Amino acid sequence: MGIKFNSFKEWENHCQANKGAVWQPVLQYEIDEKERTEEEIWHKLDQAFAVMKDAVHTGLEHDMKSISGMIDNGAKKVMASKVHLISPEFTRLLAYTLAAKEVNSCMGRVVAAPTAGASGIMPGILTTLQELHQIPNRTIYESMLVAAGIALIIERRASIAGAVGGCQAETGTAAAMGAGAIVYAMGGTLDQIFDSVAITIMNMLGLICDPIAGLVEVPCVKRNGSGAVIAFSSAQMALSGDKSIIPVDEVIDAMGEVGMSMEEKYKETALGGLAATPTAREIEKRVLVHQVEEIEEEEAPL
Amino acid sequence: MSDRSSIFDMIGPIMIGPSSSHTAGVVRIGRVARRILGQIPQKVTITFYNSFARTFEGHGSDRAIMAGLLDFKTDDDRIREALEIAKQKGIEYVFRSVSNASHLHPNTIKVEATGENRKVEVLGISRGGGLISITGIDGFKCNFTAQQHTLVIDAHDVKGSIAFVTNIVANDGCNIATMTVDRSARNQNAKWVIEMDSGIESITLQYLQHLKWVIHVEYIPNIDL
Repeated sequence: MGIKFNSFKEWENHCQANKGAVWQPVLQYEIDEKERTEEEIWHKLDQAFAVMKDAVHTGLEHDMKSISGMIDNGAKKVMASKVHLISPEFTRLLAYTLAAKEVNSCMGRVVAAPTAGASGIMPGILTTLQELHQIPNRTIYESMLVAAGIALIIERRASIAGAVGGCQAETGTAAAMGAGAIVYAMGGTLDQIFDSVAITIMNMLGLICDPIAGLVEVPCVKRNGSGAVIAFSSAQMALSGDKSIIPVDEVIDAMGEVGMSMEEKYKETALGGLAATPTAREIEKRVLVHQVEEIEEEEAPL
Repeated sequence: MSDRSSIFDMIGPIMIGPSSSHTAGVVRIGRVARRILGQIPQKVTITFYNSFARTFEGHGSDRAIMAGLLDFKTDDDRIREALEIAKQKGIEYVFRSVSNASHLHPNTIKVEATGENRKVEVLGISRGGGLISITGIDGFKCNFTAQQHTLVIDAHDVKGSIAFVTNIVANDGCNIATMTVDRSARNQNAKWVIEMDSGIESITLQYLQHLKWVIHVEYIPNIDL
């Protein structure tokens, strides 16, 4: 009997009872719920990973200037940096993540994981991880299944949409997915995977969604970069055995509670936070459509 | 299949940025309009309402709607260049913004498209996550997602016609999921929208089109196909 991904506890109990791999119930869920074949699922994971890698390359190689001009080839600047504050690998992780998200802001092809607004994090993490540790593709696909299972639970217990739960729901979930994927791919235990999720969400709890002019550009791209870094730091803590004091299900419930009580102006409405700053309002004047008509109600269609 | 999310809603869909409601959803509305028109448009007027009115340019929704009218899919790389491609094909287009249509969904678009021998008006809403509803065709009310197989029929209002058509569809082995019939608008004609779980045979379509009281039939398989 498969599980429905209502809680991490359920996932843990299932794995203990069945002695199977942590990704196995995620695969089974998709087979049961969506009537897909196993072959089809591996193929779709392969496709998604290919699009993620393409996005990283496109963002680093092509001109990434958005329609508004707010996004202007930032990933390339980071990639070309002469200064490496921690290591060249750290700089590369940032550049890869920014690159994939810039592709999204510039109308390129991405994988929404879990959403378009957070579409840089998983590509940045998975491509960096594979390069640094020579992770085989099959392991990457398994780690994507683990990530998907994490997102399913967060969707059920909290939210993965910025308009519902703020930025924590989008970049927070993406980073938690990434952290779990890292720990799995590096041979961590189920407990360590779940700890990495809990630690990541703890560090992104309360993050509001305040996009300038309502565009998926600022602060989204840079938050993707930092989200990927938080995923790695959380995975590092979890893999080292530094545990989360609060169990992961309770952390996700806290995330849901914070999201519920967040004011509407911090939920993708561009009414609060950075979006309400004087500079953001100036930018709005430049990028929003000004020739707006007002209609009489009887002229309205239907 | 259950209503639960797919793992490919968590890692996916594969899409063109920046946002599913401003890109993928808008492309789908454009494709539905193209399907209902049944030909490449020559002239198009597109109206963005409410929340879309001020943000459509910044999000590239003008390119997305045109991409749909050009019959591009939601993951097509050419969406970004759709306006240039439309110009090359000689499509004349106008964008309008209306900010105060309080009776309409925040993300509503109206497409008025004229082809060689047909003209249609399609009203659609982008509901988030790339999902859409088509809420009006030619002034008639309807409500369908274009994610199933949809029949759009213009017909004279004839007694027994509904039973007749549902019978024919059933004979094709098609299960009807939803059906709306609206005869509230002009000419006392009726606009039927039938959503089916599976596709219909082309000979059945020809037969429907052949019926005396049927004015026009348009068949829209899942809009992403």
